[in-house]
Order: sequence, then structure tokens, then C-alpha cells
Amino acid sequence: MNEALAAIIEKLVERFAGQTIEFAGETSVILPVDKIVAAAQVLHDEFGFDMLAAITAVDYWPAESPRFHLFYRFNSLPNGIALNVRVPIPGLEPAAPTLEGIYKNANWREREVYDMFGIKFTGHSDLRRILMPQDWEGHPLRKDYPLGYEEPQYSFNFDEIDARKPHAGEKPPASRGAQP
Amino acid sequence: MTQIEEVSLGDLKHLVSDRALAGETMMLNMGPQHPSTHGVLRLLLELDGETVVNVIPDVGFLHTGVEKNMESKTYQKAEVMSDRLDYMNPLGNNLVYCLAVEKLVDLDVPPRAQAIRVILAELQRISSHLVWVGTSALDVAAMSVFLYCFREREQILDIFELVSGQRMMTTYIRPGGVWRDVPVEFEKAVRDFLKIIPSRIDEYEALLTKNPLFIDRTVGIGKISAAEAVNWGLTGATLRGSGVSYDVRKFAPYSGYEQYDFEIPLRSEGDVYARYMVRIAEMRQAVRIVQQALDKLPMGPVKSNNHKFVPPPRSEIGTSMEALIHHFKLWTEGFNAPKGAVYCAVESPRGELGVYLESDGGPKPYRIHFRTPSFDNLQVLPVMSKGHLVADLVAIIGSVDIVLGDVDR
Repeated sequence: MNEALAAIIEKLVERFAGQTIEFAGETSVILPVDKIVAAAQVLHDEFGFDMLAAITAVDYWPAESPRFHLFYRFNSLPNGIALNVRVPIPGLEPAAPTLEGIYKNANWREREVYDMFGIKFTGHSDLRRILMPQDWEGHPLRKDYPLGYEEPQYSFNFDEIDARKPHAGEKPPASRGAQP
Repeated sequence: MTQIEEVSLGDLKHLVSDRALAGETMMLNMGPQHPSTHGVLRLLLELDGETVVNVIPDVGFLHTGVEKNMESKTYQKAEVMSDRLDYMNPLGNNLVYCLAVEKLVDLDVPPRAQAIRVILAELQRISSHLVWVGTSALDVAAMSVFLYCFREREQILDIFELVSGQRMMTTYIRPGGVWRDVPVEFEKAVRDFLKIIPSRIDEYEALLTKNPLFIDRTVGIGKISAAEAVNWGLTGATLRGSGVSYDVRKFAPYSGYEQYDFEIPLRSEGDVYARYMVRIAEMRQAVRIVQQALDKLPMGPVKSNNHKFVPPPRSEIGTSMEALIHHFKLWTEGFNAPKGAVYCAVESPRGELGVYLESDGGPKPYRIHFRTPSFDNLQVLPVMSKGHLVADLVAIIGSVDIVLGDVDR
């Protein structure tokens, strides 16, 4: 591993009560959720991580607690290094502070995480669904959200399934209003 | 009949100016089916006459749940879906997916396979840029460029068909190497293409670079400063058009890019014209890389011989019991990857294309996330287009080179 990166990780762990995990030659820093904004500010201002490359989340339900991990990746263009940060989030009313104030592209990236995992970002300026329709129920990438499938229609059950399908001309369900 | 309702501002009040709420400016819906939005993109425009006050992009029309679907497929089978994300760059998507899987299970790739990957990825870059030059010139009303660009793109797609049997959704790059060796005609086909393409790029430039109408529509339009571009997470030619030298091929070389001699084209203006110039120059650099890779294309195997992860050749199955067992195990239950998470990135024609891949020790990805460049590049559209005319907005959408399959996944 890059020496500069190792030094940064060491300082980060020390200052923000973090831990490290190592896998496939890469070290990730685990930070507590209340320190992530301060840590990102330090990464941005002090260590030259000027680009937020990615934010995503993982759901460990039901095996692990805390249920979610947020994954951040920061790029430092002047130093040519990148850093992975993971933030565990408990499953009941999951929430994390937004990084929008430091990295502007966190806006859409956090909206996507909210849409797919239901993790709320406090202080976010525009926390709406982004990929799914606004009136969608549930958060698709959670592990307790079923993949869903359509029942195959054969000759023996054709009529039964056909009767259940929505047909043209019928009223749309009440919940699907026009979206702004 | 359902009633047609007016566009209501409802949840969007915080995104528009007070003037819109007072009715002084007009809210206009553009898309999702519009020839210049390059896919199914809906924009809610706040207009003051012809001037854009604000743009609210609405994405997700092409959301296909690829990340969720991949979680229920084995590593080999999930790869097929990666082609369909960014349909202008299927080989690049395969490449980043395979790099992530290889990093996860610690699999080596033979040098010949790496060189083939580089050649195909660069040809893909040229073909994607050709589509871009053609369609975005079409957006600013230069019709004929489009026809010439698609002529050359056809030749690249023929090369893909030659090696993989498919023109677009190739799934040719596989974990541990490539599907099979390139046919003997491959070298001649690529050399023929390399012979004609530099003069053809000159032709496109002759049509556009000094064309006063094109310059009128592009110079000074959609400006973004270097600092802002980095803060907004822009990557690819959209970032390099603002003078920031960031290219994953140099930043963190993969597949042996460090052996090739090429430059990263930069422009400092940060407008639509600068992005056009960068992409044209990138095509010339891609030609250089393909030339070098083809000249020193090493001989040897094109797949790793670690049959725990890579299917054994067909010829061995009839004679070797072990090969038969490996074949059977790989295509029924797949291979198990160690528990852990990796992040891998490549330079796609649009910017940093990353994959976050996590395994729980089983044969299927536990979580896979595609960090797609178009997603960030589109996000910056309101910043770039404020104060410009609606007609310029069309040029700006074209210049950030989005693919909606890449945005929505």
C-alpha cells in the first residue's frame, strides 16, 4: 500500500475513533456515523481528497447488526490515491448526516441510497426518490425486499391469472396520482 | 379516460425560484421522449422567455434493477447483465465487472488476454465517441457528420462480431481472460481500421472544428470551472474539458495500460467546444494505444488455467475426469468467492466506471453497485445550463455525453 495513504489512514483512525479492515490488498476505514461529516471535512481540506467517487450501501439483514453499512470512496486527484470508508448504520430508522455541504455530487448519490435502502440523510436539501417512482413503496435493494416475478401463464391456469391482471380501460389504482 | 393534469410543483417547491411560484417564469416539461435528450430523460425547465432559469432533471425511466437482479445470479451469469447498463460501452462494462471479480477471487489474467482486452476497450471508446460526435453534432443541426460517424462505427461493430459473434452485447471478456482467442482475421480487420480512421477523424474535424456555425453554438456554452467540476464528481472528457487531468488509465492503471505510451488530452475552457476537442483528441490517442497493443500482442493462452474459476476447454471434458467435474460445478453452482468487498474502476468513454462488489462467501454477489459516470455527469446539468437559451441546453446535454442506461441502471 501507498505510504501516504497508510499515514492518512493512521491519522484518521486515531482522530475519529475508527477501525480498519483489510481485504484484497486494500484497507478500508470504519468510522462511527456521527463522525463522518467531520472526517470528510478533514479528508477534503487537509488530505486533498477533492472528489467523492461513490456512495453506496450494503444491507446485512438478518445476519448482522448494525444492519446497514454505508460505503464511501474518496479520490485524491493531486496525490493519486483513493480511500474507502465504511459507516455502520443501525436498522431502526436508519439515518446518516449528509455530505452535500462538502461534496456537491453527494446530492444525487445520497438520494439513490435513500431510494434503494431507505437510509435518511439528515440535512439533505432534496431527499426524494430518484430512480423509483415517487409513490413507490419499499426500498428495493434491502434484503427483505423480494425480487418479484410474474407467474407463468399455462393453459391450465390461463383464465385464473388473466382475471387478476390489470386491463386497458380500467381505472388506475388510486395511489398513482400524476407526478410533478 | 384518465384526466390530463397540469404540471404541479407539489414536492418541487424547494427547487424552483420564487418567481416560478408567483407565476412570472414558465415551467416547461421536456422529454422523456425527446430526440435531443439521448434516451429517456425528463427535464423540468424553468424558463424566463427563452432563457433557462433552472433545470430539474428527472431520471429513472430506464431503471431495470440490474443491481438487485445480479444478487440472485452466479458470478458468471450476472455478467450478462453488465453489458446492458451502458449500451454504448458493453465491453468496458464487462471489463470492469471481470476486473472486480478477479480482484475478489485473486485470479490472474494471461498477458495475451490483457492485450486483447485493451484493444477491444479502446475500439469501444472510439465507437462510443463516434456515436457521440455524430449525435451531438446532430443536436446542433449538423446532419451529415452523423452519417460519416456511423459508417466507421459499423466497421468497429464488425470487428466485435468477428471476435464474439455479437455486435453489441458481447459478454466477450470473462473472469480470468476472454471467452476464446481472437480469430486469425482479427489482426487484419483491426489494421485495416487503423489505416483509415486517422484520415476519417480529419474529415469530421473538417466538418466541425472550424465550422463557424458549430463554433457559434458551442464556444462559451455550458461552462464549468475546474474546481467546481471536481467537487461535482465529474469524470471523463467532461472533466478533462475543464483542464483537470484525471484518467483512471493513468491514475490507477489496469490491464497493462502502464505499458502503452499515450497522452491525456486536456482543454482548459470547460465549455461544450472544449469537450468536443477533448473527445476528438481521445480518439486519436485510442488509435495509438490499439496500434501499440496490436504490434506487441503476445502469443499464449487467453484464459487463466485456474479451473476452479474458469471453465476448462471443451476438448478436455471428454478425456479428463477433473475437467468434467470443474465444468459441471462451474455451470451448476458457480464458484465461491471469499467474504469481502472490493472496488474496481476503469476509464469508460464517459469517465470513471467503478464496481463495488461484495461477497458473503457464496457463489453469488452479495451486493454489487455500479458507480456510473453518467449519473454524476448528468447531475451537473442545472449548474452548466443556467442563463443559457433552451437551444443551448440541447447542446449541453449532448456535450456531457450521458447514456440513460448508464444513469438509471
